[in-house]
Amino acid sequence: MPARSMPASPAPRALFDKVWDAHVVLTREDGQSLLWIDRHFFHEGSHHAFAQLRARGARVARPELNIGVADHYVPTRTPGRSIPDAGIAGMVAGLESNAAQHGTRLFGLHDPRQGIVHVVGPEQGLTLPGLTIVCGDSHTSTHGAFGALAFGIGASEVAHVLMTQTLWQKRPKRMRIRIEGALAPGVSAKDMALSIIARIGADGAQGHAVEYAGSAVRGLSMEGRLTLCNLAIESGARCGMVAPDETTLAFLRGRPFAPQGSAFDSAAEAWMALPSDPGASFDREEVLMGAEIAPTVTWGVSPEDALPVTGRIPDPAATADAARAAQIRDALDYMGLRPGQALAEIAVDRVFIGSCTNSRIEDLRAAAAVLAGRRAKVPGLVSPGSSLVKQQAEQEGLDRIFRAAGLDWVDAGCSMCVGMNGDLVPAGERCASTTNRNFKGRQGKGARTHLMSPAMAAAAAVTGHITDVRPLLEGRG
Amino acid sequence: MQPFTTLAATACPLPLANVDTDQLIPARFMKRPRSEGYGRFLLHDLRFAEDGSPLAHSPIDRPERAGAQVLVARRNFGSGSSREAAVYALVDAGFRCVLAPSFGDIFSSNAVNNGLLPARLEEDGVEILLSWLQAGGQRLVVDLTECQVRADGLTLPFRIDPVWRVKLLNGWNDLDLTLSHAEAITAFAAADALLRPWAQLPAASGGRP
Repeated sequence: MPARSMPASPAPRALFDKVWDAHVVLTREDGQSLLWIDRHFFHEGSHHAFAQLRARGARVARPELNIGVADHYVPTRTPGRSIPDAGIAGMVAGLESNAAQHGTRLFGLHDPRQGIVHVVGPEQGLTLPGLTIVCGDSHTSTHGAFGALAFGIGASEVAHVLMTQTLWQKRPKRMRIRIEGALAPGVSAKDMALSIIARIGADGAQGHAVEYAGSAVRGLSMEGRLTLCNLAIESGARCGMVAPDETTLAFLRGRPFAPQGSAFDSAAEAWMALPSDPGASFDREEVLMGAEIAPTVTWGVSPEDALPVTGRIPDPAATADAARAAQIRDALDYMGLRPGQALAEIAVDRVFIGSCTNSRIEDLRAAAAVLAGRRAKVPGLVSPGSSLVKQQAEQEGLDRIFRAAGLDWVDAGCSMCVGMNGDLVPAGERCASTTNRNFKGRQGKGARTHLMSPAMAAAAAVTGHITDVRPLLEGRG
Repeated sequence: MQPFTTLAATACPLPLANVDTDQLIPARFMKRPRSEGYGRFLLHDLRFAEDGSPLAHSPIDRPERAGAQVLVARRNFGSGSSREAAVYALVDAGFRCVLAPSFGDIFSSNAVNNGLLPARLEEDGVEILLSWLQAGGQRLVVDLTECQVRADGLTLPFRIDPVWRVKLLNGWNDLDLTLSHAEAITAFAAADALLRPWAQLPAASGGRP
């Protein structure tokens, strides 16, 4: 029976439960629920799913709820955004042709609002509290920052959503991660997220819907909450969520696809009923103190390999667990690092500031605050999250700071986070990167990635090695 | 989809943790249509040199593992990107089962949607199997009816979500089941449009926002 037709239950519910319950079309005896999907975003990688539709002669059931965005393969530094590589051009053209054939919405390569799907959705007000949002991309968890239930799916599930606007899901367990107290200066949502992953492991939240709560989370801007939820998947979580509040409403008011006028006010009333009820139960809870979080960087090949920048590379010989020791050895071998080495000694070859994790206006401001009046010692790329973020950054003069520092200011897209468009880190080179994955080969075959915040990446650019950004911020804003 | 009941096959050890989907199939291969077959892209950069020649230390190409259908790996297998291509690569390379202590959630659903069994073994069970394989162990039986792995007198239980187990045992496809609920979906959508007007979007006009 649909949960919404049941009488009001006295049992306190979590944010996750409220959103889940409102979307259950039906629940089978075995516990699987068929969920209604409010928004489905798709990018160039959807070609496998559209091929499944073609094979069945099927159509998109609800074209207006399916939104195409060109991001994974788009060029970032060619005049007129032309694509010399035929294979890559075909991926972008394929997306645009599938959107046109099925009558869906599309933010194509030449749309002035084009950008990374997880930046465009919130920016356009397509992402709203209380929605179910899916996309064939694991970082769909990002949209949970608004109190939406948002998660990544595979191609078969994408095809299922396109054809039915629904998805079968098993109800995950609930986990709450509270971060209490204030963050120290120079510490950001990225450092919070990496600290959480280091604490609970890259699979620590598997099978769980995570709600981020506590005063440090409440104190974050929407940009910060988006970064935090973006990295939920890197702890293995099914999704990450933050309860909507005044910060959420202020961000959404006036966005193109958000409700307008009195419709916004009645929507806001519904959204403000979404936060977890007092006494809502969670299967697991973790608490971190904001004041204890330092600027954090990764040293290995999993986001769980993260330490405060003041730390040293772990020694596998001093690691009791044999499997973990083997993992550390393998990571150090790939990364070209040695046990005991100070993180702040590690020289980098380039920096990348961008990706769905850290390419919003606040991220660019944080990097620019460090780079202003300074020169980068290594080359680097700054790719804004969307063409609109690019425009805003240019209005604020941030592009001039990046260029004056010697970094390349380029167009919006997934770019060097995943390298599909050809923005690659050469083999053996070390990149200080604001992205989400330091996996082997992620930024290019043999590339070595150190994940960090935009401010920390900017600091690494200035000194040419991994650097604690805090002294560089002294006396600045 | 081919049902999965019991599989007797050669197993291949992959004694690595966090084998993410970027390693299972590097991004640069995902432009290809599936019809070309994805098997040769599986773990590509662990198997092939820059010039495409096979690496002597490739973990899955040893002659004694030829035809392997079961892969045994450490924790957090298939974490990371949601790319279903990672599962296509495994399936097209002949694998029908991965045994590991834990899996990325999205990878697991993708696996089940393609008839590949992601079976969760206890961590020490995986270490026992890896040692047995590295000592020359070869063939084992994966029994989904009993949720057991059997090899050389060794019996190890594994876990799989009961819903996924039934789906794999029967070779079911979600879509046919969903389409049988078309009326319930239409009724839900109509009621929802009234309940949550703010969640609706106006009609799209074909390839434009």
